[in-house]
Amino acid sequence: MNHNTNNNFKKHNPNIATVLSIIFAGLGQLYNRRFLKGTIFILLELAFLITLFDTINFGLWGLRTLGTIPGTDHSIRLLVFGVLALIATIILIVLYVGNVMDARNQAKKIKDGWKPKGLKDTIIDFYDTAFPYLMTVPGLLLMIFVVIFPLIFSVLLAFTNYNLYNSPPRNLVDWVGFENFKELITVPIWQDTFISVLAWTIVWTVVATTLQIAIGLFLALIVNDPRIRFKKLIRTILILPWAVPAFVTILIFSAMFNDDFGAINRDIIIPLLGGEGIPWLSEPFYARTAIILIQTWLGFPFIFALFTGVLQSISKDWYEAADVDGGSRFQKFRFITFPHVMFATAPLLIMQYAQNFNNFNIIYLFNEGGPPVRNQNAGGTDILISWVYKLTFETNNYAMAAVISLIMGLIISGFAFYQFRQTKSFKEEGEL
Amino acid sequence: MNQKQKSKIEVTLMYLVILITSIIIFYPLVWTVGMSLNQGTSLYSSSLIPENFSLEHYKWLFSEESDYLLWYKNSLIVSISVAAGSVIITSLVAYAFSRYQFAGKKNALYIFLLLQMFPVMMAMVALYIFLNMIGMLDTLSGLILVYLGGQIPFNAWLVKGYFDTIPRELDEAARIDGAGHLRVFWSVMLPLAKPILAVVALFNFMMPLFDFLLPSIILSSQDNYTLAVGLFNFINDRFANNFTRFAAGSILIAVPVATVYLFLQRYLISGLTAGGTKG
Repeated sequence: MNHNTNNNFKKHNPNIATVLSIIFAGLGQLYNRRFLKGTIFILLELAFLITLFDTINFGLWGLRTLGTIPGTDHSIRLLVFGVLALIATIILIVLYVGNVMDARNQAKKIKDGWKPKGLKDTIIDFYDTAFPYLMTVPGLLLMIFVVIFPLIFSVLLAFTNYNLYNSPPRNLVDWVGFENFKELITVPIWQDTFISVLAWTIVWTVVATTLQIAIGLFLALIVNDPRIRFKKLIRTILILPWAVPAFVTILIFSAMFNDDFGAINRDIIIPLLGGEGIPWLSEPFYARTAIILIQTWLGFPFIFALFTGVLQSISKDWYEAADVDGGSRFQKFRFITFPHVMFATAPLLIMQYAQNFNNFNIIYLFNEGGPPVRNQNAGGTDILISWVYKLTFETNNYAMAAVISLIMGLIISGFAFYQFRQTKSFKEEGEL
Repeated sequence: MNQKQKSKIEVTLMYLVILITSIIIFYPLVWTVGMSLNQGTSLYSSSLIPENFSLEHYKWLFSEESDYLLWYKNSLIVSISVAAGSVIITSLVAYAFSRYQFAGKKNALYIFLLLQMFPVMMAMVALYIFLNMIGMLDTLSGLILVYLGGQIPFNAWLVKGYFDTIPRELDEAARIDGAGHLRVFWSVMLPLAKPILAVVALFNFMMPLFDFLLPSIILSSQDNYTLAVGLFNFINDRFANNFTRFAAGSILIAVPVATVYLFLQRYLISGLTAGGTKG
């Protein structure tokens, strides 16, 4: 290190700093004569090697093998440790790369004749750069444990044979590659169930969401008509279903639609149409109809409120210009109102589709996904997400549940991709 | 004249549509109120307009026999903690994302947008096992932590979108006057962002109050139930038997919530559109 003096900074070599800090964190900083920083880094790496290294190594070993001794090694715990160790490893690699980059950049600066600042200024500089990270750390940590870790875990579970019959501590769980996926599309009972559940999920998402948007728009247009009075009262009434907690209304509807003693059959269908009433809960077709109707009831008020806001913000000039040109009412709607409303709310409407795709509550609370269907292991109204719930908590087929989750995740990414392109601030962010 | 008649018919039709919609909206709500006032716990013998008007179910909810008040308290604990915690955490995150440039910022925004679409359901098994391992299964604090982490992606976007609309000149001016990072956050950003923070608080107060899925998985002992799980269990076991009690219990929570919603709906909508279109 004798060539490294302040008079001689031209000889200061960034490559040496880089290599040194790769060998051991902090060495590069020492070479740069940042003694305090270097010492802290060295201490941090030592602390890591002494305390965490074995744990992480064990975690990664568990992730690779899922245990080797049945009865002793608990595969699922090992998988949990493994995923956490993996996340920790990634974070550590990022930090280590940061350490190397720091040494290299500083060495370059020194080479260019930069004089290190005093301790106080360095600390202030450090605080400035670190500040945004400090702000995000609490949230980030929570998210890692509650969102990111569970998602990675679910994805990995799809490639294991973890189910009721093969579960720790008695048995070891193994990696099986794409076996579950193969089973899903080749074994008849899985294949049938998957296709019919997927088809119904799509029908459900499209029909229920479109219906609630259409009705919301229609009512918003009507109430917005200048000839209608008592607007405030009407709006309050129409928003009511949104204000009442959905959890409560779904259960109420479920009682009202009950085949035997429900109010719909007893007070409306039988007196008006006669007969035995409609088997709302026991026939898949009627159960599906009922669920779509209920979701429309629950969902249109939000759309209505949303559109009402947009309608009020459309400038009158547009319509006056259309009147001058002799535009018909339909043309005004088609070329002024509709584009305005859709443009302003597109991302939120897409979110509505995504929400219904994931709408576990209504399916489960209405009829627990029933009625049962022959030769299938999902009920007549089960959508993908409620099927996952059943596979997980009723039949304990964790691996297959994870496979379906993964497929759902891919579909959801499609929604997200659309959202990426729509969200305005994202475009602005991209230009930064 | 012809024009005028046409207009009259149209207006009548529009009122008719509104009337029918109102009836459809009110029918289940009025029915529930009717049920809660019926005597006896069976749905078979209950009717919309009770023959034997009685408040027995409401009385029962407040009696020693039922855990209703305990569940109410649990729900409030969870809701208040989540509302307060989410405002603190998301505003910190959103401030960093709105005002600072740092490595990984753009990727993190992408990830947030993607994550907010994933349902909690997909993470359920892992959460269950994880909470079990750290001994927080069947505790309210475990539930609160999961809610707090899960709400970040969506709300961080919402608040960031709002922060972006606050002119940067304001915090620059404060900087020149010698305010530090936290000072700007506390004295400039937070006061100006009150409307959106109120929306975040309200959302996160309401969401746990009526979420069923998560508490039904995490909480297993009666003493820890939140309202949604507790009420569901009224009707889950012996459906027809306890429905009237369920109706009464639901009304006691739905009425205050609906009132708050109706008063604040304008802010809720404006908050959402700000997040969705601008944010």
